[in-house]
Amino acid sequence: MEPLLKARNLSKIFGSGCQHCIAATGSEAETNVCPHCNSVVACNDVNFDLFPNEVLGIVGESGSGKSTLIKLTHFEWETTSGELNLHRSALPDGLGELLADTVDQYTRNLFALSQFQQRQIRNALMGIVYQNPYLGLRMNISSGGNIAERLLGAGWRHIGKMRERASELLEKTEIPISRMDEPPKNFSGGMQQRVQIAKALSNNPLLLLLDEVTTGLDLSVQARVLDLIRNIQSEFQLSMLVVSHDLGVINLLCNRTMVMKHGRVVESGLTDQILQDPQHRYSQLLVASQL
Amino acid sequence: MLSIENLNKTFNIQILNNIQVHGCSNVSFKVDSGQFFALAGSSGKGKSTVLKCIYRTYLPGSGHIWYDSANYGRIDLACAPERILLDIRSREMGYVSQFLNVIPRVSAIDLVMEPIIVRNGVSHANARERACNLLEKLHIPHELFNAYPATFSGGEQQRINIARAIGWKPRLLLLDEPTASLDAKSINQVLNLLSELRGQGTTMVGIFHDQEIMNKTASQTYTL
Ligand SMILES: Nc1ncnc2c1ncn2[C@@H]1O[C@H](COP(=O)(O)OP(=O)(O)OP(=O)(O)O)[C@@H](O)[C@H]1O
Ligand SMILES: [Mg+2]
Ligand SMILES: [Zn+2]
Repeated sequence: MEPLLKARNLSKIFGSGCQHCIAATGSEAETNVCPHCNSVVACNDVNFDLFPNEVLGIVGESGSGKSTLIKLTHFEWETTSGELNLHRSALPDGLGELLADTVDQYTRNLFALSQFQQRQIRNALMGIVYQNPYLGLRMNISSGGNIAERLLGAGWRHIGKMRERASELLEKTEIPISRMDEPPKNFSGGMQQRVQIAKALSNNPLLLLLDEVTTGLDLSVQARVLDLIRNIQSEFQLSMLVVSHDLGVINLLCNRTMVMKHGRVVESGLTDQILQDPQHRYSQLLVASQL
Repeated sequence: MLSIENLNKTFNIQILNNIQVHGCSNVSFKVDSGQFFALAGSSGKGKSTVLKCIYRTYLPGSGHIWYDSANYGRIDLACAPERILLDIRSREMGYVSQFLNVIPRVSAIDLVMEPIIVRNGVSHANARERACNLLEKLHIPHELFNAYPATFSGGEQQRINIARAIGWKPRLLLLDEPTASLDAKSINQVLNLLSELRGQGTTMVGIFHDQEIMNKTASQTYTL
């Protein structure tokens, strides 16, 4: 089986950058800030394959570059360098030109596409859920409206069908349909996350990006959101990138995991191996400091 | 089916001044298809380490773990790509740990059904029937079928664990003290089920806490 998505040499540097940035940062240097030019190397030389129906975990401490990877993959930030290739079979109709000059089964570098094309890909194939629901939802328009807006972006036009789809998704994420016309600002944190998930699923994405979606929620609320994600995983045919600093969440959701520190992937492997036989010093620390 | 050549594993604990912890050393053995192969040896010799290296929960330090995969042919599990390992785990190779390590908020029956549905591709109804059958054979009371195992007794949890691991009839089954927390009656039920499974073609590599059980069950032993 071939990967759905291949990421190669992803780097993101904030600042002017200099010739020392890479050598002077990373887990050995114990910083992601270049001492010569003060640029922040948010991530460097990250490689991963994401397979169909796979859930890949990204774990690491605050500032290690986890969210950066999500933002690059979601085309929210421009990469400093690197390639992202999508398996051709995943492409929706009408995006055929993206494979014009490829010889293998993959698109050319998605980072090199125009913003318009990137938006097309994002609308057709991706869904995202942020830690902060304010980033993923418009708090003042109805929950149904939030979903309809996303469907419009994905090319839907029929109001009745959009409403039907919205109620179907809200039901799936256990939001009472009676509250569909209420804005998310009226909802609890856990409900807001579930509306975000409903919205992210609305276009039937092949790739779901989850960035610390349970962080900050009460344990029982966290449990419900995690159960929902597990159900989505078994019911929908999609791949996920799951970012968390919580090894418990990673263990529950992911078969494979990457450990990040100071903008670098210091270790990647089967999740049970990372948890029971961590190789890198930092992974060992992470596992040892679990509650 | 399985051939271990000179397997070594040392844990390098970097966060404790790089201390080196012995896992296992110079382990070599061959398991023919259809065997119930037992690993023996005193505590700390590395029996569990060997099992976990085969399952790749531990990264082998050096040596080879040749496995004749139904899907991939002869492959070295010590260095096979992660994706292939995951695939072999989900189609061919099962593992029973000493303790229940299950998904929270999933009922006993669902825990047992899940791998049967996913891995054997059978219908829901069919999987339910097989799972019930198995739980009954293990004398799990009916009223517990739909409860969460987190609150079960140690012995009940262990039997759920075993049911989940064997329900889908793996081709190779690794067992780490599967009967350790069971009473004499349950031990016999489990051993009967295992021999039934072996009769259906599953090859097993196991560790037993009890010499007598091992002698009774194993067709071959290797002492570390
Ligand atoms: N816009 C920015 N400008 C400068 N530096 C940034 C910017 N965004 C992120 N960074 C830096 O990049 C590094 C990686 O940030 P990122 O948000 O990816 O971390 P993270 O692993 O997601 O952390 P957390 O667990 O706290 O969410 C951090 O040092 C961060 O301060
Ligand atoms: Mg983050
Ligand atoms: Zn620099």
